[in-house]
Amino acid sequence: MSFIVSPSSMQFHEPLALSAGGALVDYHLSFETYGQLNQFKSNAVLICHALNASHHVAGVYRGQDKSEGWWNNMIGPGKPVDTDRFFVIGVNNLGSCFGSTGPMHKNPQTGRTYGADFPVVTVEDWVNAQARLLDELGIDTLAAVMGGSLGGMQALSWSLQYPHRVKHAVVIASAPNLTAENIAFNEVARRAIVTDPDFHGGHFYEHGVVPERGLRIARMLGHITYLSDDVMNSKFGRKLHQGNDYQYSTQAIEFQIESYLRYQGDKFSKYFDANTYLLITRALDYFDPAKAFNGSLVQAMARATAEFLLISFTTDWRFAPGRSREMVQSLVANKRKLSYAEIDAPQGHDAFLLDDSRYMNVVRAYFERINTVSEKT
Amino acid sequence: MTGKLLAQTIAELVPYGSRVLDLGCGDGALLNFLQSQHGCSGYGVEIDDANVAACVKRGVQVIQLNLEQGLRLFEDQSFDVVLQIDTLQHLKNAETMLKETLRVARMGIITFPNFGHWFNRWSVLCGRMPVTAQLPYEWYDTPNIRVGTFADFQALALKNRLHIKYAFGLEGEKIVHFWPNARAATAVFQLTSESQLTA
Repeated sequence: MSFIVSPSSMQFHEPLALSAGGALVDYHLSFETYGQLNQFKSNAVLICHALNASHHVAGVYRGQDKSEGWWNNMIGPGKPVDTDRFFVIGVNNLGSCFGSTGPMHKNPQTGRTYGADFPVVTVEDWVNAQARLLDELGIDTLAAVMGGSLGGMQALSWSLQYPHRVKHAVVIASAPNLTAENIAFNEVARRAIVTDPDFHGGHFYEHGVVPERGLRIARMLGHITYLSDDVMNSKFGRKLHQGNDYQYSTQAIEFQIESYLRYQGDKFSKYFDANTYLLITRALDYFDPAKAFNGSLVQAMARATAEFLLISFTTDWRFAPGRSREMVQSLVANKRKLSYAEIDAPQGHDAFLLDDSRYMNVVRAYFERINTVSEKT
Repeated sequence: MTGKLLAQTIAELVPYGSRVLDLGCGDGALLNFLQSQHGCSGYGVEIDDANVAACVKRGVQVIQLNLEQGLRLFEDQSFDVVLQIDTLQHLKNAETMLKETLRVARMGIITFPNFGHWFNRWSVLCGRMPVTAQLPYEWYDTPNIRVGTFADFQALALKNRLHIKYAFGLEGEKIVHFWPNARAATAVFQLTSESQLTA
């Protein structure tokens, strides 16, 4: 059974300096919290989201039974991240289309919708914004920061930007930066959006249209990379959409995988924002904490003092286990505390959102050991 | 072989406060013992999912890794001690792993079931592969793909110019110093690399 949650919003008036230069002024962040902050304020867990998610991490909204948060299997009362013990915070990142200030909002300085003028934001900027939210909530130190994929990058970045504020960092199905292949996938998706005639250079809002074709293709491509070859074959194989005979058509939906991808693309294009897609994929591309250290992740990680739990999935080729091992290696070289689980799950990158008892057990065991009482000094 | 005797025996070989890498650490009991009773720190390496979860549960730092992939994650001489407790016999690349052990640490402590134990010899003499507490498997399902004797290991160490600092056998609750190759079910070796002795 899911628990009832409700979203909140917080307005920030002090400008947020950005990696790209300049600042974001007068912005707001959407967030949700679950559980109770204890008297020591030492049981806070921040959950960072990936590309297609939000501050609605767990629970359901009142009267909407199907509105389960995106990590509802992981977080909640009695779940691996137990909200009976932890005060869990989900926050929507800047530039998103799920509540926090994003390209569909008005730029207070011009009175015009941001659109393509929304500043490029980075993982580091997001972490800085999240830190301000914690300041406002009166939380100095996180018992843990946790995320998968792009969310894992934020968790990692937290441990580097605010080492003294993070006790534990849980980094799942993530990477210390994107490979060329990964950037390439993002670029194809961006080109699909940008070349859609309805994109209008990012100012499609004022034209009353949405570059749905671009978004669809971006999502179809993304979806392929989140699954494994095995899981696609077992789910769809060469099954036909209708009947048992080919239609001998180049345009009709012939195979079930086509129908599935089109369905996913259509669904996505109805609710996701094109500018947000560009911004978030760029944040992924730019993330590279080793860059300031001549590419040495070992040197970059020297700043981290948190204890780490890293998890990868064997069939994840978008954020492959080898990428997690790079992080493990750099932490070991710095003699940091860490545990690393490599889960032999068939579902590819998506596995980080799915139920797998081995995965859940490790996370549960890890959080059970996080001391929320005496760690605060 | 697991249990109190082994843990205490290993602890006596591991200098107090050592940085330890435990290859094939199982459920983390030994490393936990070394950390809580012997001032040690470090990581366990384990392939089995349930064991990894058990390690995390007891607060032992564990890295899930297939040892057949080698120890590339670990830098030269980055640990004081590498433990291979009942691990060597499961590895295809047993010899490589032995060399790797002394690459990443100053000292290696290796234990394995001694195939030269009199009972095993007797069993083979009678025409059957032994099935014992230390070698509980049948020949067709054993994960012990490297069956060697105490004396075999001495020869392997010599071949790889690894110095045997201390070696003995374990038989039941006893430490065996006299003729361990025939009298001990478990072989225990404490190794250092020769180059370090001269350094």
